[in-house]
Amino acid sequence: MISKLSQLVFKHIDSFLMTCLFFTLLAGLFILYSASGQSLSRVLSQGINIIVALSLMWAAANVPPIKLERIALPLYIVGVLLLIGVALFGSISHGARRWLNIGFTQIQPSEIMRIAMPMMLAWYFSRQEGKTRMADFAIGGLLLLVPVALIMKQPDLGTALLITASGFYVLFLAGLSWRLLLGGAVLFAATTPILWSMLHDYQRRRIEILLDPSQDPLGAGYHTIQATIALGSGGTAGKGWLNGTQAQLDFLPERTTDFIFAVFGEEFGLLGNLLLLVLFSLIIMRGLVIASQAQTTFTRLLAGSITLTFFTYAFVNMGMVSGILPVVGVPLPLISYGGTSMVTLCLSFGILMSIQTHKKLVGM
Amino acid sequence: MRAELKNYQHEQYYFKLRLGFTAFVVLALFGVLAARFFYLQIKQYQHYQTLAENNRISLVPIIPNRGLILDKNGVVLAHNFFVYTLEITPSKIKNLEETIAQISQLVEISTLDRKRFNKFREQSHSFESAPIRTHLNEIEAARFAVNHYRFPGVEIKSRLYRHYPLGKLGSHMVGYIGRINDKDLANLDKAGDLSNYKGSDHIGKSGLEQYYEKNLHGSTGFQQVEIDADGHAVRVLSSNAPVPGDNLILSADSKLQEIAETAFGDKRGALVAINPKTGEVLSYVSQPTFDANLFVDGIDVENWKALNESLDKPLINRPLRGIYPPGSTFKPFAALAGLEAGKRAPPFSISDSGFYTLPGSSHRYRDWKPSGHGMVDMQRAITISCDTFFYGLAMELGIEKLTSFVRHFGFGQKSGIDIQGEIEGLLPTPEWKMRRYKQPWYPGETVIAGIGQGYTLVTPLQLAQATATLANNGVAMKPHLVTQIQKAITGENQQISPIVQDRIELNPTNLDIVRRGMVDVTLPGGTAASVGANAPYAIAAKTGTAQVIGIKQNEKYNANSINERHRDHALFIAYAPADDPKIALAVIVENGQHGGSTAGPIARKVMDYYLLGKLPASETIAGSAANATSVLAKPVPATPAITPEEELHD
Repeated sequence: MISKLSQLVFKHIDSFLMTCLFFTLLAGLFILYSASGQSLSRVLSQGINIIVALSLMWAAANVPPIKLERIALPLYIVGVLLLIGVALFGSISHGARRWLNIGFTQIQPSEIMRIAMPMMLAWYFSRQEGKTRMADFAIGGLLLLVPVALIMKQPDLGTALLITASGFYVLFLAGLSWRLLLGGAVLFAATTPILWSMLHDYQRRRIEILLDPSQDPLGAGYHTIQATIALGSGGTAGKGWLNGTQAQLDFLPERTTDFIFAVFGEEFGLLGNLLLLVLFSLIIMRGLVIASQAQTTFTRLLAGSITLTFFTYAFVNMGMVSGILPVVGVPLPLISYGGTSMVTLCLSFGILMSIQTHKKLVGM
Repeated sequence: MRAELKNYQHEQYYFKLRLGFTAFVVLALFGVLAARFFYLQIKQYQHYQTLAENNRISLVPIIPNRGLILDKNGVVLAHNFFVYTLEITPSKIKNLEETIAQISQLVEISTLDRKRFNKFREQSHSFESAPIRTHLNEIEAARFAVNHYRFPGVEIKSRLYRHYPLGKLGSHMVGYIGRINDKDLANLDKAGDLSNYKGSDHIGKSGLEQYYEKNLHGSTGFQQVEIDADGHAVRVLSSNAPVPGDNLILSADSKLQEIAETAFGDKRGALVAINPKTGEVLSYVSQPTFDANLFVDGIDVENWKALNESLDKPLINRPLRGIYPPGSTFKPFAALAGLEAGKRAPPFSISDSGFYTLPGSSHRYRDWKPSGHGMVDMQRAITISCDTFFYGLAMELGIEKLTSFVRHFGFGQKSGIDIQGEIEGLLPTPEWKMRRYKQPWYPGETVIAGIGQGYTLVTPLQLAQATATLANNGVAMKPHLVTQIQKAITGENQQISPIVQDRIELNPTNLDIVRRGMVDVTLPGGTAASVGANAPYAIAAKTGTAQVIGIKQNEKYNANSINERHRDHALFIAYAPADDPKIALAVIVENGQHGGSTAGPIARKVMDYYLLGKLPASETIAGSAANATSVLAKPVPATPAITPEEELHD
């Protein structure tokens, strides 16, 4: 009876992925406790975020992919409309217009787009199954650019970047030709100097600081400098849990959110970092396996995009904290404090699990 | 169908190929991250470890308590007390105006506070805190503390403030401290003292506060503290206690100081009293004076203007920096010069008919008494201040001999007193005149030099010092205000021992002649007989008058018709008791006219209190109303063209 119930409950949960997620989330709670200055309430609140997110993951895992395919287009349209709504009526906080008041609560439509974008593009290319033409990529590009442009305008560079990435992965996996990719890269490289010459001095300066934060040590560069000091001083085994001086003495800004990885690296050292990389790699590899085993174009593209987007999160965050990428507001997936990104992430993992567990036995 | 299936398989093949490619890219990029971590955490570990330590550990200076300044009886002239200040760190504040407006709803902030704050801000970096209000009372401090959370970047600090309890009394002597400015910093840097002033805001700017800065300041202590990013100390790792500054104990007595300053009334002038045997300065008066407390916080514009632009020049340290012709107070020294050169010793006498002429010239150098004094010998010449006698003496001696002799008494050179800024005054010589005016020395200039007129300029301190040397039989003691330097921690006292500056070989007989002449000055028949009236001790004294502006030949000096500030300066030197001098002093009352009647009584009050402990009668020496228009506090030396023909005496 119990085994039957548990089979019913966990039927659509991928145990391998779940195990990896569990350990990553656990590590996240521990480091959050340290980063928040040993605030149990902060950890508790993140625990609630996780419970909500995992519940939604479970729900998503139980939704068959065929239904997801059906809601892809409506979800995308609603998402774009809401983004337009934000641009027109959104409330401003911290100098950016990201939230929309829908009567009883505030929502952040760009988060919907994180899920809706890969679904929409995967849906679009699955319809062209087997005979994708150049024009489809042009349309796919357009479907991608409209919401991204709206999000860029908010401005929310981090989210725009991630959504662009998630869309691009669909295009790439759908077979965007190498020649086109290469051509695009060459075109970008060729036009950069021209674009550069068209910019105002202050705009150039902002880009320069984005690329090299050390030029502005008290402003934009402060985060990166303090974060690299935290990481570097962690050494091989770290300063030990709760003992990171950079973190505990307030030198690290945003250390429970975007810069939590600096706390992790300071207290757990190189060994901790490598362990985290292994955990992330296992999650990503499992996701790629799920994608490769997926049976429809839609699920294949969607699983691939979700997995690679997760990778992008992790890579961009750790890259910016360790000072090899410019600082853009991207949290460390599954570890940074915050409900919204946790929910979006877990939803996408739920979709991955759904894709894996709803496979039909087809004899080829 | 088959084609489609083939197509499907083809597509899946390509999909897997691309998936494989991305897996490779993922691992490669994670490899890049791993390499970056390795670089930061292994290769550069030492570097970042050091940076993290530097971040974390900060040396916080602990400012030592500044030493106290006490008079000889332990009365406090300068001390410190803690006050609450409200300080703003401008770099941490977004909207300064708004913040200040909000603060002013909790504690009163006057326009004066605002002005001072702006001045501090101009002088300091934006990451240094500057006080918006000082001297908060307990209620104000508590009211702000409750609301502190609303004002990040605004803190209540407790600062040690310097306070001069006696305010205006002796402020030229004690001096004051002020905020360290760029020039002070440069000086400290040059002296290698910069690290000792980490955390100090103030430094001695004048008087003893300036001269004994090294003793008073003490050594700054340091605390190694762990700090957070806002600079708040989290815990102390180690600490090195500061050494408080030394206390200064003066030879001056604040009661005597008060008596002397009160005796001046609203007159301008200076008084220096010295113990002739030790060089200890007993009283150091510069009138008018100012409240030193005004300078501690940084003086505001209104007060500064009032002090700086006042015709009375209260900021001039007159004993050190006021220069005056010595007038007849120079005569005892000229007399000794003559006697020591073997000239004019008794019974030599002249018959004074009221003027002196140079051989081969009809120009008359008049005595102050037009009819002359009749038969005058050396002793009587001093007593009655006979000009004619000294005209001849100076001529016979010659200017070189005269000046080289009196130079030993300290004229024309710094006394070396323990206050900075002393000026040398002037003892003229023919070489000096050639250098200065490209003109030869005229004999007439020697004649008037004999009565302390002409180019000769002295400071009140020099005059007092010369009088003390005379009183001490030619042994010149270095004048000093501080007698003991007390170590604050051990309580151990370092005595400042008297220093012999010069030992002038003088014939006791000659000294006796001058002394008797000076004692007679305060006896009936002398120029200051009233000063010596009813004195239970013998006073050796000399009066003097110094012209502020020259009077042309044949023009009669009429005090009533002259602007008050153009009237003569009154001078008075004295030592007492004459047979065993315990106090020697010089008094100058600007525009006081007659040494015996204005400067003399001030000297008598000081001597009475010092020698007898007698307090002066309640009536003060009232000067005439000082509502004049313009004059220099520093008298102009008379040039040869307007050489005074006669000097007026009592």
